[in-house]
Amino acid sequence: MTETNDTRPHMPLGLALRGYTGIIQHLSAKDAGSALSEIELESRLIELGFVEGARVEVLHEGLVGRDPIAVRVDNITIAVRRREAMAIIVA
Amino acid sequence: MELPLLHLALVGTPNSGKTSLFNALTGSRQKVANYPGVTVERKEGFFVTPLGRQVSVVDLPGTYSLRGRSPDEEITRDFVLGKATGETVPDLVLCVADSTNLRLTIRLLLELKRTGRPMILVLNMFDIASRRGISVDVERLAKELGVPVVTSIAVRKGGTADLLALTDEISAKLAAEPQENSWRALGVAELRATQREADRIIADCVSLPARPDTWTARIDAVVLHPVGGLIVLALILFVMFQAVFAWAQPLMDLLNNGFDALGEFVHATLPAGLFQSFLQNGVISGVGSVIVFLPQIIIIFLFILLLEDFGYMARAAFLMDRIMGGAGLHGRAFIPLLSSFACAIPGIMATRVIDNKRDRLTTILIAPLMTCSARIPVYTLIISAFIPAKDVWGFINLQGLVMFGLYATGIASALAVSFLIKFFMLRDYAPAPFMLELPDYKMPRLKSIAIGVYTRAKMFLHRAGTTIFSMMVLIWFLASFPQPPAGATEPAIDFSLAAIIGKALEPLLAPVGFNWQIAVALIPGMAAREVAVAALGTVYAIEGGKEAAEQIGQVLSTKWSLATALSMLAWYIFAPQCASTLAVIRRETGSWTWMATTFAYMLVLAYAASLVTYNVAVALGAG
Ligand SMILES: Nc1nc2c(ncn2[C@@H]2O[C@H](COP(=O)(O)OP(=O)(O)OP(=O)(O)O)[C@@H](O)[C@H]2O)c(=O)[nH]1
Ligand SMILES: [Mg+2]
Repeated sequence: MTETNDTRPHMPLGLALRGYTGIIQHLSAKDAGSALSEIELESRLIELGFVEGARVEVLHEGLVGRDPIAVRVDNITIAVRRREAMAIIVA
Repeated sequence: MELPLLHLALVGTPNSGKTSLFNALTGSRQKVANYPGVTVERKEGFFVTPLGRQVSVVDLPGTYSLRGRSPDEEITRDFVLGKATGETVPDLVLCVADSTNLRLTIRLLLELKRTGRPMILVLNMFDIASRRGISVDVERLAKELGVPVVTSIAVRKGGTADLLALTDEISAKLAAEPQENSWRALGVAELRATQREADRIIADCVSLPARPDTWTARIDAVVLHPVGGLIVLALILFVMFQAVFAWAQPLMDLLNNGFDALGEFVHATLPAGLFQSFLQNGVISGVGSVIVFLPQIIIIFLFILLLEDFGYMARAAFLMDRIMGGAGLHGRAFIPLLSSFACAIPGIMATRVIDNKRDRLTTILIAPLMTCSARIPVYTLIISAFIPAKDVWGFINLQGLVMFGLYATGIASALAVSFLIKFFMLRDYAPAPFMLELPDYKMPRLKSIAIGVYTRAKMFLHRAGTTIFSMMVLIWFLASFPQPPAGATEPAIDFSLAAIIGKALEPLLAPVGFNWQIAVALIPGMAAREVAVAALGTVYAIEGGKEAAEQIGQVLSTKWSLATALSMLAWYIFAPQCASTLAVIRRETGSWTWMATTFAYMLVLAYAASLVTYNVAVALGAG
């Protein structure tokens, strides 16, 4: 689970469109603009399995502003809003 | 020697099957459904192991960590850490995992180990894991984790045999002296390290084939489609409300005729007098008029239970998140609000999964606006009496359409109230995050649906037999005494206490078109909304005297104007007529103020809505 994808540019998962697949590079909660504190947001993301090296795929998006998104993280599906997904840097 | 009671606790990530396991072990019927956050209270049950050890087991809300972010997670944390007042710390913690999804549970287990409580890892849903070709090296996993591991299938007969055997084995050698508790809330770095460790252990002990659940993917492609998904959701709700009306009708007619026959039988066999009047008017016309609605109650519960068991609820929350966000509601509020269609009480309890206090409060305040099943009798009664049962566009039942309209008005006003709360009271509101696991679909289990429907039907009948029955006795008494003086020419009921009370209230309610009979019915309706129907049944039956064998619906259509009927419908969309709901609001918000606020705002809305409806209807010539 320590794969990296050095060839691709890093981007926040919050900007990824449906069909995107990638590997989590790191978490960066301070840029996300979430209502949660940095530590709280990061803890919650980790608790749902968003850790470095995990494979993610954007499966579905909502109607309004393509938000929220349903993300496959390894073998479970999590719904998150794009705002919080901005804290997840993928490549 | 009698061994002391062994205390077990079920801890695990949401939706891993803790409650299913609890039910399997203790033979209870606690609520099980396929979405995270079903259990929001601790529930204790008892059983005896194969070797005869007496065991108490506590089912707890699911949680991803012991941090306790929301009220339900706090319950679990406090119980496991022994912080809950008056609780014993569990002797043995059963950490329940969904075998198809071990990452999060193993991390939780590593965190739980720090509490020093003896523990077993239960690999539940092992049937699904095997079907998907997931294989677990149980022995190696136990060694790596330093915790005994056992597989289980909570929903299959005998699926917990291994767990029971292991419990016996372990409880025999449990150390008496307490272990040290070195738990403290994990920092981000520790959390990350724990997840890494968990992932390493899983990589060593579990082989995951690349065979994901293709059914879930296929269904989600339709159900979570940005546009198609919303259409599907609207269709499901529409069919549900149509069904409540259209499918239940034959059965309801049957029940209705049964009660009529019973009433006539009593009338014919018993000598005229107080006892005959009590049975015929109080019991049969009153309580009977409520029981008639059982088929409808069953249909609405059937729909909700099927959606819950299938795994659709979390999807609906996903689809509605941004749409409800526009009205200042959180996506997680969707499931509590949809449950409120059955009854606001479990709906309000279910808001415990919402971690943000304001989001939770807003949801609690508007949950009673969702049309609960207790309003169905009132709506149905009035609709069948006043709205013609014809089809529009060939296939839609007009009565069903009106019903749908009433539900829609309830929803719209809930959204409007929430919007106002956000706008006026919680101005500095920042949207709390929405993060929700979308579980794989599961085929609804016939047995659990049957049990669910049966439990609800029993509750409804029980209420009819207790609350509603006692209210009916009261109403019958009020409507029958004092008896008219000899030689009086007016109807007997005009001399009764009920008429005196009703007429005292009439001036207040006359502007919205309610007569004194309605005023009398509204008060006991506080105990349970259906009582209003029963009360009208009794009051009109006594008033009608001999020809009371007539059904209450027919009586209403001759006694009320259309404007009054519409006004009554409008009243019931809003009216805060349920003492138990108010009590739950008081308990869950911990404040009398919020309870009083709910009562006041709903009453004001009800009065205003009825006032407008009545006057518009009269102006349009329906007076
Ligand atoms: N096939 C299968 N399904 C199971 C098993 N155990 C539970 N389920 C199903 O999994 C879903 C969740 O079960 P629950 O018992 O409600 O889960 P829970 O852990 O109590 O969930 P929360 O109260 O939300 O934390 C339900 O649809 C169950 O029918 C199992 O061993 N095999
Ligand atoms: Mg549960």
